[in-house]
Amino acid sequence: MATQLLRRRASQILSRANPNPSSPLSLARALSSDSAPIRATLFPGDGIGPEIAESVKQVFKGAEVPIEWEEHYVGDQIDPRTQSFLTWESLESVRRNGVGLKGPMATPIGKGHRSLNLTLRKELNLYANVRPCYSLSGYKTRYDDVNLITIRENTEGEYSGLEHQVVRGVVESLKIITRQASLRVAEYAFHYAKTHGRERVSAIHKANIMQKTDGLFLKCCREVAEKYPEITYKEVVIDNCCMMLVKNPALFDVLVMPNLYGDIISDLCAGLIGGLGLTPSCNIGEGGIALAEAVHGSAPDIAGKNLANPTALLLSAVTMLRHLNLHDKADRIQNAILNTIAEGKYRTADLGGSSTTTDFTRAICDHL
Amino acid sequence: MSTSRRSVPLLKTLIAQKSQTRAVTYMPRPGDGAPRPVTLIPGDGIGPLVTSAVEQVMEAMHAPVYFEKYDVHGDMKRVPLEVIDSIKKNKVCLKGGLRTPMGGLPTRHENVDIVVIRENTEGEYSGLEHEVVPGVVESLKVITKFCSERIAKYAFEYAYLNNRKKVTAVHKANIMKLADGLFLESCREVATKYPSIKYNEIIVDNCCMQLVSKPEQFDVMVTPNLYGNLVANTAAGIAGGTGVMPGGNVGAEHAVFEQGASAGNVGKEKIVDQKKANPVALLLSSAMMLRHLQFPSFADRLENAVKRVISEGKYRTKDLGGYSTTQEVVDAVITNLD
Repeated sequence: MATQLLRRRASQILSRANPNPSSPLSLARALSSDSAPIRATLFPGDGIGPEIAESVKQVFKGAEVPIEWEEHYVGDQIDPRTQSFLTWESLESVRRNGVGLKGPMATPIGKGHRSLNLTLRKELNLYANVRPCYSLSGYKTRYDDVNLITIRENTEGEYSGLEHQVVRGVVESLKIITRQASLRVAEYAFHYAKTHGRERVSAIHKANIMQKTDGLFLKCCREVAEKYPEITYKEVVIDNCCMMLVKNPALFDVLVMPNLYGDIISDLCAGLIGGLGLTPSCNIGEGGIALAEAVHGSAPDIAGKNLANPTALLLSAVTMLRHLNLHDKADRIQNAILNTIAEGKYRTADLGGSSTTTDFTRAICDHL
Repeated sequence: MSTSRRSVPLLKTLIAQKSQTRAVTYMPRPGDGAPRPVTLIPGDGIGPLVTSAVEQVMEAMHAPVYFEKYDVHGDMKRVPLEVIDSIKKNKVCLKGGLRTPMGGLPTRHENVDIVVIRENTEGEYSGLEHEVVPGVVESLKVITKFCSERIAKYAFEYAYLNNRKKVTAVHKANIMKLADGLFLESCREVATKYPSIKYNEIIVDNCCMQLVSKPEQFDVMVTPNLYGNLVANTAAGIAGGTGVMPGGNVGAEHAVFEQGASAGNVGKEKIVDQKKANPVALLLSSAMMLRHLQFPSFADRLENAVKRVISEGKYRTKDLGGYSTTQEVVDAVITNLD
């Protein structure tokens, strides 16, 4: 009888939140809020990575988040099974746990191996990149009213890497759009909008010029939009979008885009709120895998000096918590971060203050 | 026909500049002041409204141009032959705006003075697409050394003639190594011939991020087709909107002047009906046209008049935060001509 109740509760939670109800990861996640901690893979990364990862661990401990970290590091030898410096074990760990947090990784220069980000993306089939962008009260930029999410298709489009030289001095580069990938990212975008209570989804395109490729992308978005009649769906041409974002970012809510436009627009939005040092990001893969990451660099010049700003990694960890439906913990931590920055007493050097990483972290824990 | 587009958000620099003192600008050859014919295409939507604004101001200034008007609409299959002939004969055209079938000044940034020079013929807008199998579509982006070199040369020449200090190439060569790599190679080669002009490169996503936070670091920007579109519109946004940004498409033989950034307002019926479209962008584009025709003194007079109207703030259309109609702004500009 108890198992029946538990199973029914689990399926309730699953059907409310997860588009892949058959995934074993989501079952584990749903049940674990009652009992055992959730295991999550942590890649501290290079440079300032380990310090800011430590920050995250402390804040999570302070907030009593039921997460157990499994740390993995980038190796110094190429693993033949993955063709890169990331070991097979690390990838298996993410696949098993279903969630991960990644710090900045400096791709080593050289040939004969894949870039680390490319390895993660291909092996884990990370098809959507989600960046919530909201103005941080307390860190003043020229824009105060930014509150939008950019969702970018991450596997195809202009970044297929298929280029060739036709004759000397003439180069062709292929942009590929498929129905499958477009549907997948559109489904995720609308699902995200619904579960997070967002009202509008805008598809960004240039279908007036690229009629077949972006046209296919739009067709897929429209199909998915029909399944969510309560969400307003709009289509905006990319150049208009750039202009509107720069003049009045409050016009946008959720943005869904193919690869190249997504790259540019998500960085543009990061610029609106203060740069990559404050921007969270999360990559979604097949089977409900989520790998949150800090998109800034590894800043080797300040590594080890206790000067780094952990905000980006912390906010990415918050995004990870939301993916796990631990919304109350996520809200607590996010509010603590925003209040600390708003208060202005403890700020790291890049925000114009003089606190150390550890002071900033302690201030956040105090605010919990 | 056209190879490059440049757009100049002049607004902020206009306001910053001091008023002109008397100067002799040029020594004309006999006959230089004879009126020149310009092909005029009013177009769709707000097009006729704003081109009529230009006609009125040109007449008020007694500028040495006269217009040959032609009816072209966005839903025509191709541009009529007589229009093409007219452009070929006159070599200069002013365009209102064509609806592509398918489907103020309070700004947050100061010291914006950017010129975007965008390759206009190839790149992502080659229009070469096909469906490989159902559900899989390919689009070709073509970059050639010829076009990249041509646009790089134009950009550096523009910078050189206009005393600009820096040219920045915008690209995504870390991902599109061959295509944008070729573009960069061409820019680098041309840069070596202009040692007095600083040259640097920036990746397009970083570029957009920098544009919204620190636009003052940019001077002249040269880009392939798609990025140019995005960068120009972002720059327009930070400088006050498409309602104020002029643009010109320049080719070896001909030039077409129009609004600098794709308005998206061409089809807005409400603005057309209430006659509230902003004529500033097209007026500034016609000033660019006057410079192209080598009538810099008339161009200066026009730009000064526009700048005075904007900085006074009494007559502004809705997109700049005011309530005036197009005609009211035009009348104000004419009154301010000296």
